[in-house]
Amino acid sequence: MLARLGPPLAIVLLAGPILFGFFGTLLPALGYLPALGGTEISLAPARMLANEPGIMRSTMTSLAAGLASAAISLAVVALFIAGWSGTRSFARIQHLVSPLLSVPHAAAAFGLAFMIAPSGLLARLVSPGLTGWTRPPDLLIVHDPMGLTMIAGLVVKEIPFLFLMTLAALAQLRVAPTRAIAASLGYGRIAGFIFCLWPPLYRQIRLAVFAVIAFASSVVDVATILGPLTPPTLAVRLVEWMNDPELSMRFLASAGAMLQVAVTGIAILIWIVLERLGAAWRNRFARAGHRFRRDAPARMLGLGLMSLAAGIVIAGLGALAAWSVAGLWPFPDVMPRSVSLKSWAFTLPRIVAPLATTLIVGLIATLIALFLTILCLIREDETGRRGGRGAVWLLYLPLIVPQVAFLFGLQLLFLGGGAKANLPALILAHLIFVMPYVFLSLSDAWRAFDRRFDAVASGLGKTRWRALLRVRLPMLTRAIVTAGAVGFAVSVGQYLPTVLIGAGRLTTVTTEAVALASGGNRRVIGVYAFLQMVLPMAGFLVATAIPALVFRRFRAMRI
Amino acid sequence: MSGKGLILDKVSITLDGRVLVAVTHHVAPGEVLTLMGPSGSGKSTLLAYIGGFLDPAFKGTGRVIADGVELTGLKPEERHAGILFQDALLFPHMTVAGNLLFAMPPQVGPRAMRAAMAEAALEEVGMAGLGGRDPDTLSGGQKARVALARVLLSAPRTLLLDEPFSKLDAGLRQQMRVLVFSSARKKGLPTILVTHDEADAVAAGGPIIRIGEDQ
Repeated sequence: MLARLGPPLAIVLLAGPILFGFFGTLLPALGYLPALGGTEISLAPARMLANEPGIMRSTMTSLAAGLASAAISLAVVALFIAGWSGTRSFARIQHLVSPLLSVPHAAAAFGLAFMIAPSGLLARLVSPGLTGWTRPPDLLIVHDPMGLTMIAGLVVKEIPFLFLMTLAALAQLRVAPTRAIAASLGYGRIAGFIFCLWPPLYRQIRLAVFAVIAFASSVVDVATILGPLTPPTLAVRLVEWMNDPELSMRFLASAGAMLQVAVTGIAILIWIVLERLGAAWRNRFARAGHRFRRDAPARMLGLGLMSLAAGIVIAGLGALAAWSVAGLWPFPDVMPRSVSLKSWAFTLPRIVAPLATTLIVGLIATLIALFLTILCLIREDETGRRGGRGAVWLLYLPLIVPQVAFLFGLQLLFLGGGAKANLPALILAHLIFVMPYVFLSLSDAWRAFDRRFDAVASGLGKTRWRALLRVRLPMLTRAIVTAGAVGFAVSVGQYLPTVLIGAGRLTTVTTEAVALASGGNRRVIGVYAFLQMVLPMAGFLVATAIPALVFRRFRAMRI
Repeated sequence: MSGKGLILDKVSITLDGRVLVAVTHHVAPGEVLTLMGPSGSGKSTLLAYIGGFLDPAFKGTGRVIADGVELTGLKPEERHAGILFQDALLFPHMTVAGNLLFAMPPQVGPRAMRAAMAEAALEEVGMAGLGGRDPDTLSGGQKARVALARVLLSAPRTLLLDEPFSKLDAGLRQQMRVLVFSSARKKGLPTILVTHDEADAVAAGGPIIRIGEDQ
């Protein structure tokens, strides 16, 4: 009975806020917001937006960043998987890359900045030996006007995401026999993969790619940390307007949010055209029968880029940790001259409240998401019907609609009535983004469960609920706690929902860290970003430890 | 229609209007009715129908009566139709004894008596003293024995066998046949065996119904 409530509840909790939030953004964008004196529909906000200096440039940067980040990260992932799947190096890289999924975007962005900034670790490694620099060169690497560093920051974080989504899809294809057939026909490894396996594979990860485009074209935290400043990207400017003490700026911000929807939409449309071109191009080569047998350089490139992307994030995280305990660390020293816990001692007292909020919101949102997901999956078993395409689109909706487009409206709805920022609202906002990941992460394992165990249990006279509690849930413990860890990591990484719905009163480790970006105090940033990356990792450690401990006696329950 | 045994009264399973299985039969206590057919003929759907977990894609009609109780219409867990599959499907997160205790009806108590019964059941299938083991550490034949002990302990009204010997080695297979059929006979369980292996049918020694073959 309870399970029957699952799907409708999930729909209401996912689509409801998006729908209401969207209209809550659209109306002020059209000048209607009685609370702030807007009682008539007008195009005034749009006109105001068009007159903003540099708005075209901000818009184009966002569009380019969305497309470039998706194209580059997908290309690296495709090249690597095509060239190396089924090899030992593949397994090694997989172990290296998978944990990076849990690193919040902001932490990865800070890590990248700490590596490639003029005074960053890379410059120190070659200075003054190779470069002769005794002081950091005057180069604008971080915050470069083209947004290249921002794109790099997005690419290194989207690679693990697309890689893991592709791996999940790959498991459903007959990879080894297909590769054998392609090889026996004389095709090179990469060509054989691209011609034979990529089309069905891409179909399954397509929505994830759209999600990357949407995210990269509308991201706020990474753009604040790494992106251009004069002018910033569209989404960053929107949030500035939204947080402006001058309340009438919200009309402008809402109009801008609609422009953001258009930008993301256009980016996805352009991508769809690129998909067509790419497919046509691929088919032409396939029909021409080119074998591309000498693909060793391309394979090495794939391996190299993949390792570079993973390596720079890992090294960056190391740099963050080092800065958090650094005493004196002048350029061009590679190591700090002294180690000190001063930054931690200084920061810890102020971090308690944000840390508590992070934990509470993350844990509750994750538990609700797990509960709803399991209800939906039970319902799916009962009816014998999967949600189908509609359900998949619904799941991806919060990941594909730009966050600003509905979070602005939600903020106005939640806080417009004079209500203060409150935990339930913040938890709901996080749930919107946690739920899709928890569902995607748990559903495969749930559906792969051997239904004959249910038949055995009912044959033994066990009710459905008893079989669920005593057989299925325990057997799926690992998958469930892993999905929980994924959900928690997503919650910890949420920047925009926390800034907007928390409205400055409720802050998390992530919002505090991003707020420090402009200050440039590396030691304090190191502390915050370090905590930011440690929290999700702790979640995954717990997720590994629980089943290992509870089922330590049972061999089949390990791994 | 009361009386001992399992009565299949005009039971038929259809898929998109096509009849896969149609049976009317009275299986006496301890008797084994064998349903022979090639794989893909839908013979397993009969067991799913009796057990109450027929895939919604299939349509089943007819009455199933066990020991005077009509099963059709009851929830799966109230039918007490014990089933054995190709795989032992021991619950991997419980010990061997845990699997057996889980199978026993709650009315059987107190705890010491339950443990003693579980141990006795293990002894009956030649697995005495192995109650503390992790099921994953057992051999294929041992797993099959525990699965048999588990289903017998659940006090079933009938035994449904879905090719339970097909994954065992040839030597083990004959042993398991003897063990399963003699247990069914001893407990007076009306049994239905679904198989494509003639040797299974011969060992079962009961009536045989063939389906899904061209006449």
